[in-house]
Amino acid sequence: MNFIETMKHTFHTVADHILNQLTDGEDATLNLYAEESLFVRFNNNKVRQNTDVEQRSLSLVLQKAGKTATVVFNLTGDSQEDRHRADEWLSLARKEVEELPLDPFQVPIQNNGTSDFTVKGSLLSPEDVIQAITEPAQGADLAGLYTAGPIISATRNSKGQSHWFATENFFMDYSLYNGQKAVKGVYAGTEWNQDDFAVNLAQSKNQLALMDRPKKVIAPGSYRAYLAPAAVAEMAMMFSWGALSYNNYKQGGSALQKLADGDTTLSPHLSLRENFSLGLTHRFNSLGELSAEQIDLIKNGQLVTFLINSRSAKEYGIAGNGAESSEGPRSLEIMPGTLRKENILRELGTGLYLSNLHYLNWSDRLNARITGMTRYACFWVENGEIVAPIADLRFDESLYDCLGANLLAVTDFQEVEPQVSTYESRVLGGSRLPGFLIKDFKFTL
Amino acid sequence: MLDLHKTLNSLKDQAEWVGLRRVKETTTYRTFRDEKPDRNSISSDDGLMIEVLCNGHFGYAGTSDLTSSGVQRAFKKALLMAKTASPFAAASFTTEHRPPQQGRFESPALQSLDTLSVREVSDILCEATKAMNLSHKMISRSATAMIIDTEFTSVSSSGADIFQKFSIVNTDLSGTAMESGETQTRSENGGLARCFQIGAEVFNRNEILDRSRKIAEEALELLTAENCPDETMDLLLAPDQMNLQVHESVGHPLEYDRILGDERNFAGWSFVEPKDFGQLRYGSPLMTITFDPTIPESVASYAFDDSGCKATKEFLIKDGILLRGLGGLESQSRLNLPGVANFRSSSWNRAPIDRMANINLEPGSSRLEDMIASVDRGVFMMSNKSWSIDDYRNKFQFGCEYAKLIENGKITKTLKNPNYRGTTIKFWNNLKAVSQNRETFGTPYCGKGEPSQVIRVGHTTPYCLFQNIEVFGA
Ligand SMILES: [Zn+2]
Repeated sequence: MNFIETMKHTFHTVADHILNQLTDGEDATLNLYAEESLFVRFNNNKVRQNTDVEQRSLSLVLQKAGKTATVVFNLTGDSQEDRHRADEWLSLARKEVEELPLDPFQVPIQNNGTSDFTVKGSLLSPEDVIQAITEPAQGADLAGLYTAGPIISATRNSKGQSHWFATENFFMDYSLYNGQKAVKGVYAGTEWNQDDFAVNLAQSKNQLALMDRPKKVIAPGSYRAYLAPAAVAEMAMMFSWGALSYNNYKQGGSALQKLADGDTTLSPHLSLRENFSLGLTHRFNSLGELSAEQIDLIKNGQLVTFLINSRSAKEYGIAGNGAESSEGPRSLEIMPGTLRKENILRELGTGLYLSNLHYLNWSDRLNARITGMTRYACFWVENGEIVAPIADLRFDESLYDCLGANLLAVTDFQEVEPQVSTYESRVLGGSRLPGFLIKDFKFTL
Repeated sequence: MLDLHKTLNSLKDQAEWVGLRRVKETTTYRTFRDEKPDRNSISSDDGLMIEVLCNGHFGYAGTSDLTSSGVQRAFKKALLMAKTASPFAAASFTTEHRPPQQGRFESPALQSLDTLSVREVSDILCEATKAMNLSHKMISRSATAMIIDTEFTSVSSSGADIFQKFSIVNTDLSGTAMESGETQTRSENGGLARCFQIGAEVFNRNEILDRSRKIAEEALELLTAENCPDETMDLLLAPDQMNLQVHESVGHPLEYDRILGDERNFAGWSFVEPKDFGQLRYGSPLMTITFDPTIPESVASYAFDDSGCKATKEFLIKDGILLRGLGGLESQSRLNLPGVANFRSSSWNRAPIDRMANINLEPGSSRLEDMIASVDRGVFMMSNKSWSIDDYRNKFQFGCEYAKLIENGKITKTLKNPNYRGTTIKFWNNLKAVSQNRETFGTPYCGKGEPSQVIRVGHTTPYCLFQNIEVFGA
């Protein structure tokens, strides 16, 4: 049995074992997260470190008499051993539930249905990975991370709900350097194709060649700017940072408070939605609820809905929409506009072409003002012609301006930005985004 | 179930060198909001990292499967990692990079965390949120405790045998006030900056309730405060903001793996180059920075790093001159520069990399009241709330929760939305006074690496006064 098959067997054995022991008045949800990952880190087109990881963690949410306890523990994959561990953790959860106070916003466990979905990938064998990457990159100063292997997310509960999602995917997230000038590339999917990777790498090499001119230092000020989809992805992450969370809004922590309260608007060119048909992650959340396939969040500059988890829904007495507890988009799409690729430089005219942004943070959350840096392939453009790469600039700008009246156009094409986060575990998801043409984008340093 | 020494004995003849590192960590997370439980969880993580040296390259395999077949499988994978990568390795290493140290370390907790019941912790947190309820304008009142118990056990075929046990508590109290469209949040010291190696004594009920009331008072005060002015002037930073200033503009750029380019595709490179060590004037002569694993309560005090290197206090910057960077044995030999014991992993499922630990600013000779009295016009900022810096660690912009205006040597009024920006070397050369007294903070969430890892770091710092800083409001 491979990793996915073994874990499926183990998960159901352990889940049955726990759920069968529940007594009257007890209900439980079990969430499995497991992965078998190969990580290869490259510097200067050589291997810095390579690691294989097998990890499996099970969370058990126990509800009894209006109280909620959560315990999380690792599984070994060995059913016998894991049943034994489950017994210990179930008894700890029972002890917690006794001692904790009532949980007034508890979401009662219910059966949210059944699904079973496994994507079989075609991945490089661990023996072949290094050559497959370093050979086409020969002569380049490549730094980055290759990651691949199965990821599993599954949930069951005492009311009969059962969802299973497993996929075998990979990404190669890399940068190419020419001294301190660099470009960014990502190649990701479920089926590795050596020719596609070579094409991806060749495009990055071409972009790096474009940077082979002295850097131009741009004085702080307001400039017309084009943000390519990867730069928009960085900006879009701010929508995940509390901005679209209903609970955050109610607690005074949403950057979209003024939009929600009707005090200001965003551009009619801007529409955002959660779109699970991108196929990057599963629709069920950790309560096992299925989100709608698509949820309009902002339409033509107006807020349609926040993301609302069932716990928030209960607290504030409104309907939820299947959001995860963090109430951030899991599969964000920003809708395309009308600006054609071949017209980007002409429409930009004189200003900044920004491929990537870096290290964004709120500088004034109430006014949705963000600060951050330009990074990688960013150019000064004059009269529709690329003049030179720029020395990186800091911007400090409100979303209400740059995605409000100053948003001139949105590209008619979108690019998929895969999720490449690997903190603690590999993360499913991603986004599909267009580019933005913005006037008077404010640079401060 | 798993005996590390027996396991090592069964594996050690099958490779040039074998290291085993088991990490067991239990995190109890409790949050109360508005007198109600918000999040209560106990998470445990337990696994094994196997390291194998083969033809000059260390291969790694981590597993949560601690059965004998699981460990065997991980060992074979570690061997495969080492063998397949050694012809392509960025550098060549030997057993010299894994010293056979033996020893123990335990956090200096006065009172074991086991002595606290669930109910005691819950009650204190619940009461803290109640203590913040000074007005109907307080729309969100929360109290969080993250209690962490960690054991790192390492053994190696060359004789290393290390056990380190950490008792860590992070706490945060936070209150948000709202009135006619204005929203202001005050926390205790900014996010989870209260991150200490400490025992149950941290849960002092009366102190926590006093601090909760003060947070609510200051959040309410900010509702009607003036905006921080946009002006270039003196800037006085409290230790709970120096925490972040040292972290981002000194700690990260001095990491050898950044300087070597390992981190370029993720967090970035560094403006510091190998030739700068021994000569770069990083800051004014008042700036002295140390790597100091000996501060008892600081969260990243330890006896050994994950290579088995013994941790000692070292001067990184002395009287403003850059002397030494943050790199473990592997980076030290790649750069041929001296370093520190900072080759650290977040857990059993990640290979160690160069990290910060306790990176501290040494005390100066000034008294805080004299520092304030010396300012004609300036802003005194407290508690970090926003941070951003470029990938070479030059251009930064930071924001704080709360500030005071200083005019003619006196604190005159409270300011909201204080921010400042600058570039690293120029900023530190503008340092003009450093206080005698220091405070310790840290963060549980320093992120870095591919695959990524969060690690706990501590920063003990004085109050610092800088001149000619670009300060601005919302
Ligand atoms: Zn950090």
